[in-house]
Amino acid sequence: MLKLPIYLDNSSTTPVDPRVLEAMIPYYTEHFGNAASRSHPFGWSAEDAVDHAREQVARLINATEKEIIFTSGATEGDNLAMKGVFDMYSRKGNHIITVTTEHKAVLDTGKHIEKMGGEVTYLKVDNQGNIDLKELEAAITDKTILVSIMYANNEMGTIHPIREIADIVHKKGALLFTDATQAVGKIPVDVIADGIDLMTFTAHKMYGPKGVGALYVRRKNPRVKVTAQLDGGGHERGMRSGTLNVPGIVGFGKAAELAMQEMHQDAERLSALRDKLENALLGLEEAYVNGNPNSRLPHLTNISFKYVEGEGLMMAFKDIAVSSGSACTSASLEPSYVLKALGLGDDLAHSSIRFSLGRFTTEEQIDFTIDHVKTAVTKLREMSPLWEMFKEGIDLDTIEWAEH
Amino acid sequence: MAYSKKVLEHYENPRNVGSMDAKKQEVGTGLVGAPECGDVMRLQIEVDPETHVIKDAKFKTFGCGSAIASSSLATEWLKNKTIDEAMTIDNMDIVEELALPPVKIHCSVLAEDAIKAAIQDYRKKNGLPELELEAKIVH
Ligand SMILES: Cc1ncc(COP(=O)(O)O)c(C=O)c1O
Ligand code: FES
Repeated sequence: MLKLPIYLDNSSTTPVDPRVLEAMIPYYTEHFGNAASRSHPFGWSAEDAVDHAREQVARLINATEKEIIFTSGATEGDNLAMKGVFDMYSRKGNHIITVTTEHKAVLDTGKHIEKMGGEVTYLKVDNQGNIDLKELEAAITDKTILVSIMYANNEMGTIHPIREIADIVHKKGALLFTDATQAVGKIPVDVIADGIDLMTFTAHKMYGPKGVGALYVRRKNPRVKVTAQLDGGGHERGMRSGTLNVPGIVGFGKAAELAMQEMHQDAERLSALRDKLENALLGLEEAYVNGNPNSRLPHLTNISFKYVEGEGLMMAFKDIAVSSGSACTSASLEPSYVLKALGLGDDLAHSSIRFSLGRFTTEEQIDFTIDHVKTAVTKLREMSPLWEMFKEGIDLDTIEWAEH
Repeated sequence: MAYSKKVLEHYENPRNVGSMDAKKQEVGTGLVGAPECGDVMRLQIEVDPETHVIKDAKFKTFGCGSAIASSSLATEWLKNKTIDEAMTIDNMDIVEELALPPVKIHCSVLAEDAIKAAIQDYRKKNGLPELELEAKIVH
């Protein structure tokens, strides 16, 4: 029997892989020591475990252990990278470039930096979420210290050409920071080959625990430094104070190791399932995929079902867990700012649903989802005055709506 | 967001979904909201020209579950009321009946507006004096 509801919101968070949990448990009970306690075996075994995890995490992204700073998650990494570079390199310049479709943790950090006297340029995207590389190049000035562009977008999965971006950024003498929260562990990310200077990512999107993440800070060619944003005991080589979350870090390490082993087979299986889901749903009239179909995450699809409203649709999805807009903004009634940045009309932005598959998604679940979604969309369209008008050939743009 | 039982019940089994011929003399149509705002409601009434009693009501709504439930409930309440009685339906009655949370009050306002717009349309068509409607929507 299929267990309901079905979880298709893996871009919000993933379940912890049982193998990860197993690795973590002893570090709550038996090996509960503080990794900074140098005077007894409790501390030593915690420290060893953290060292091992640091290696596992570093290896996943082709970094070295000393380049990994453990954090509480991607949000903290976004803050530390951007504010930390802004503070450290203030003598060189005060200009940062980012993109309108970034996560709030980047955009709001950008706003904070503006208040502190920084200047931030927000690049626009085209209707698939791509930036214009020429525009990026033109935006970089001799005051530009940092370019912050996410690896893959969390709402529609568009992957940015990070290598080409890195070349442009480095040619102009700035640093490249990427929020790779949605990419690491899902697609190959190699900080050397990709030319990344700083990168944030988080365990809970790759079958690890919540509340632990990492910031990669390059040590060679060039050596990058960030100013600490938390004052305290000087942990993580002075860049991030606070007693390490040892069990969380152990879990993160294990999750990274598993991702290295299984990422390719997961991606292959999930993209086939994703394509099956997507093709079936595109069989409905007036359904559109958002994002760049040629450069996107393998396990995700974002579809707008025109003439039905997203929240109403979510309610019809009793038996599946998906998100409308991004999970971080769906508490408000605003359509997703990310989809609006693509130039999507509010009507399409309001009716978009993100399906994100994960390691534990099965074909049976996808088959069920296809039926469930088709039934719900059809039911809501029968109830939708807009659908009726569309079917009668009325151009909705010619109607004078009572705006409110 | 957790929905009340009554919202869920109307959402699962919406009453009176459908359309009437808007050109007919006895039919009044109210179309309110806008696609950009994520909600459009169309409410139609069929009125007995002698007694001005609403014989039938239908709706179609593009919107969240609360908007669908509000319009479904409105059609139930409209039936067998005269158009004057129907004018007294207040959005707060809907809020109370469906236990709508504060963020969903505008969905009920939309339903009230749709009722009034449908009655106004009927009045216009049938040579009755038009009513002065105050705009209630505050977004
Ligand atoms: C692109 C991106 N950045 C940052 C975050 C925040 O991650 P965390 O929950 O680890 O702070 C998320 C998660 O929603 C994300 O998708
Ligand atoms: S229709 Fe706007 S939230 Fe209900």
